[in-house]
Amino acid sequence: MASVTEQGAPARAASDVAGAPAAQTPLVDVRGVTLQYKTKDHLVTATFRVDFQVFRSERFILLGPSGCGKSTLLKAVGGYLQPTEGEIRLKGEVVQRPGPDRMMVFQEFDQLLPWKTVKDNVMFPLRATGLSRKVAEQKAMHYIAKVNLTNFAESLPHTLSGGMKQRVAIARGMAMEPDVLLMDEPFAALDALTRRKMQDELLALWDDTKFTVLFVTHSIPEAIKIGSRILLLTPHPGQVKAEINSLPRDTADGDPEALQELERRIHGMLFADAVEEPVQEPQHE
Amino acid sequence: MNEMVAVRPERYPEHLADSSAFGIVEKPLSTWERIFNQGAVRKTLLLLVLAVAWELYARWLNNPLLFPTFSAMLEAFFDALRSGVLPARAWVSIKVLLMGYAAGIFFAALLTIVAITTRVGTDLLELLTSMFNPLPAIALLPLALIWFGLGNGSLVFVLIHSVLWAVALNTHSGFLSVSTTMRMVGRNYGLSGLRYVGQILIPAAFPSILTGLKIGWAFAWRTLIAAELVFGVSSGSGGLGWFIYENKNQLEIPSVFAGLFTVILIGLAVENVVFRTLEAKTVRRWGMQS
Repeated sequence: MASVTEQGAPARAASDVAGAPAAQTPLVDVRGVTLQYKTKDHLVTATFRVDFQVFRSERFILLGPSGCGKSTLLKAVGGYLQPTEGEIRLKGEVVQRPGPDRMMVFQEFDQLLPWKTVKDNVMFPLRATGLSRKVAEQKAMHYIAKVNLTNFAESLPHTLSGGMKQRVAIARGMAMEPDVLLMDEPFAALDALTRRKMQDELLALWDDTKFTVLFVTHSIPEAIKIGSRILLLTPHPGQVKAEINSLPRDTADGDPEALQELERRIHGMLFADAVEEPVQEPQHE
Repeated sequence: MNEMVAVRPERYPEHLADSSAFGIVEKPLSTWERIFNQGAVRKTLLLLVLAVAWELYARWLNNPLLFPTFSAMLEAFFDALRSGVLPARAWVSIKVLLMGYAAGIFFAALLTIVAITTRVGTDLLELLTSMFNPLPAIALLPLALIWFGLGNGSLVFVLIHSVLWAVALNTHSGFLSVSTTMRMVGRNYGLSGLRYVGQILIPAAFPSILTGLKIGWAFAWRTLIAAELVFGVSSGSGGLGWFIYENKNQLEIPSVFAGLFTVILIGLAVENVVFRTLEAKTVRRWGMQS
């Protein structure tokens, strides 16, 4: 794969993003990305000219109602589909295919390979990238311990609960020490109590290793709680409505009024156009 | 009408009952229940019932030339076993069967890999399967005899034909039903080509592949015995089909039944030992099949 940085994209990126630390280059650089996919009889535009930058150790949230193309956008960063317009760069390199430098955590519980134990599931991508068995095993056990599953290392996935499966998936993603962890509504299929616990655990893990994460959700409270920076997308097709900073973590915990205020603001921005824009129901006149 | 609902007091039970109060929390099943929970035991019982029914009916019929009793069949079976004829014949059949089965699986694997990597391959697989799957393998035997002569070559050829389509069809439909998430996971790891097929697709499609293997095995057995009946013996060492045919000609009817019984026994053993073990070690253990 040839190097594709002849346009000097990182330098340009740093100069025209307001508020970005000038010295830092973005880890993920999404520029004017239009994503389209074909269904059986439609060509669907999922996002239209979306820009954003993710910097190291950011917890970057893609937030929006269903149909705003946030999952499609995440898949494009993952390399599963190519933008029809614009480009996505990871550390200056154009993203062209999926790869282990961008580990995905999916919403579905079936993302674990059912024929491998928890430990083998975490070890498998490590081994696939050429690590020796011993090193891979050490690393896997280290991250399994981080998600508190040491006792279940030899269990098979179908014997675990949904929350435990997601923790394995997170451990698997983190064990690869990817440039960026891509999470596609990883907690959406969990019950409310488990979800809250998982959010806390994810933040604790972040305190520990300061990994960079790109996180898709449609829950405003989850976005505020998990995120350090939130990108708001409008639906049909997805376009950037705003890019805001979340509350500092101690404020989010200790100041319910600030929290509610931010929730209201985000809600207002996301659904401001909803009144003007008729939902696709045909009008009978 | 009544808007006011009385506010009920909150309650905090002082202590929870300890386990002695429950009496039984876990009680082991009785010995009889545990024995009956074993599939093998239940099936053996059924076999005994069938054998007794056979014996009674044959005695009532009293025509050993048409339908010998179970005990007469067993006697012939053990005689043939002791004289070494039956094991030799069975071994000849099994050897050819395994050769044909292995070759069939090999070609099925080739065809399926072509089918999942290219669209033309998919079309080819679908077309060939719909053309040849309904064609009875035995119908190809006359041709095979002309092409490969009176020997194992023609037997292996018809065996491949009987195994290939069933295995290829099932494997391919298994690959197609692998979930998108799991495919994306595999690609996320940077796997591609044969590693992707071997480490993601094959285990993920294993329930269907196993079904294909079982069907293929049964087809192969049928085809082999039928083929042996048709073209008999080659180079002095026939298989089980030939054993049956020979004994029919000599009106040794209990031995004919003994030959059929051997076919059944081998089928039972393979299904209940080989495939069951394979199933228990894979798809059941992985929770992909209950």
